[in-house]
Amino acid sequence: MLAAFIGFEVIRRISPLLHTPLMSLTNALDAIAVVGAIVLVGEHKSTLSFVLGVLAVIAATSNVVGGFLITDRMLKMFKTSRPTKP
Amino acid sequence: MTTDFAGNQTIIEIVYFIASVLFVLSLKWMNTPRTARRGIRAGEIGMVLAIAGTLLHHGIIDYKWIAIALVLGTGIGIPLGLVQMTAVPQRTALSHAFGAFCVTLVGTAEFYLRSPDVPRFMMAVLSMEVILGSLTFTGSLMAAGKLQEVLPQRPITYKGQNFVNLSLLAIAVAVAAYLVVHPGARQLFPVMIAVPLIFGVLMIVPIGGADMPTVISLLNSYAGLSAAAMGFVLESKLLIIAGALDGSSGFILSVIMSKAMNRSFTNVMFGAFGQVQASAAAGAEEKTVRSASAEEAAGILAAANKVVVVPGYGMAVAQAQHKVRELYDALTKRGVDVRFAIHPVAGRMPGHMNVLLAEADIPYDRLMEMDDINGDFPQTDVALVIGANDVTNPAARTDTSSPIYGMPILDVDKARTVMVIKRSMNPGFAGIDNPLYYLDKTLMLFGDAKSFVNNIVHELAGNAHG
Repeated sequence: MLAAFIGFEVIRRISPLLHTPLMSLTNALDAIAVVGAIVLVGEHKSTLSFVLGVLAVIAATSNVVGGFLITDRMLKMFKTSRPTKP
Repeated sequence: MTTDFAGNQTIIEIVYFIASVLFVLSLKWMNTPRTARRGIRAGEIGMVLAIAGTLLHHGIIDYKWIAIALVLGTGIGIPLGLVQMTAVPQRTALSHAFGAFCVTLVGTAEFYLRSPDVPRFMMAVLSMEVILGSLTFTGSLMAAGKLQEVLPQRPITYKGQNFVNLSLLAIAVAVAAYLVVHPGARQLFPVMIAVPLIFGVLMIVPIGGADMPTVISLLNSYAGLSAAAMGFVLESKLLIIAGALDGSSGFILSVIMSKAMNRSFTNVMFGAFGQVQASAAAGAEEKTVRSASAEEAAGILAAANKVVVVPGYGMAVAQAQHKVRELYDALTKRGVDVRFAIHPVAGRMPGHMNVLLAEADIPYDRLMEMDDINGDFPQTDVALVIGANDVTNPAARTDTSSPIYGMPILDVDKARTVMVIKRSMNPGFAGIDNPLYYLDKTLMLFGDAKSFVNNIVHELAGNAHG
């Protein structure tokens, strides 16, 4: 609840300029679900949980890597623009 | 075994806490482009810390497969991070699908590990996790398919659609409720996954291209909520926080998007534009438009003092952003004040146009939000509309029978001259006729956005030399 509230406050102030990178960033952060999946794989409690866990780790990791990568690429472009134009 | 590692547990808690703080900071720094990249670093460090901390987890005995899965995931992630900027909407949809896929799988595994001893609260959040996860999975795949144009973009509607969809959702909720009371009923669990999977597909079928910004935000929100639910199941504060951040961010974006279209959530979800198309298209005949060549357009632009460019999805499709940049340069060199008016729902996802224009190196202080620029249109010599349609339709202000009546629009019709680059007179996605095109001060520039802008740039260069 508290996190949702903080999130609300923080995100409301983000300019529409950055909405797309915002979404890809939260996507990458969301992939923190990978920690749950890692535990599943590591504990290897049953074949089912192991197999599902491996697939889940793959899916989430691709989100982490892809999400951060593309967000950074987008923001780099925003940075090269010159804010002080006549 | 567990007692030996009690110290680790404390370390993990601390690491997770730091990671959570970094995630919040990361979003906070996304406030302005100046600090945004610092935000990414914070997010990355938080992520690495969290994963490293997890590896300390006492129950983990098998590191080999974790490593293999991490490497495979990275292998898939890198190309996904290197797609073209115009493909960002479908990539985002796809990553929602991946995130939801992960959450659903973990939820499923947890259920079969714990059943039948699942406390009621646990089972309730687990159901929420799996239902939201699976509907987001198929829903996002459908959205990505539509955006990539593998699937038809037109909304597909049929009679009783809402009834079918709502019944499916009701079935899923009913099964979940039964499982909360009887968590031992393992055979019902697949039903609780399958039904939302179907619902996810059917939910997106009636949604057309112009509603994509709202839908993507909504799916983003669902993905976040399902991750937060997973956090409750695993009793991981880190996951709850990250999920809640994602969920609320998606939610805020969807609210902004719906407001920008003057439609409620339910309207976007259940009221595809489909029904109104026939009547709106019927009145479109017998009106004349004035068209102009690139040469004429260049002349008018060169003579202007203030130009506002209104980009839309058409610019993205034609990949015209770099040509637009050349036009911007050519006009700026002549002392013309050029700005860009960005409607919140222009394009196929929130902020889509900003990213494309930034890719073309257009300074971001030239990109104006709707509310900031609308008052300036009466003082604008030329409003150049590139591949945008509904967001400039004055019918939204005046025509109560128009399906987009009440939607906030960019007041381009108040500019002294309006030029619209458009491939043909076909109405846009929503099939709504745009009275803007028939105004006396409107010039239609028929052609592909990229080549037409290119021609204008050439004309401008030619004039300069001759």
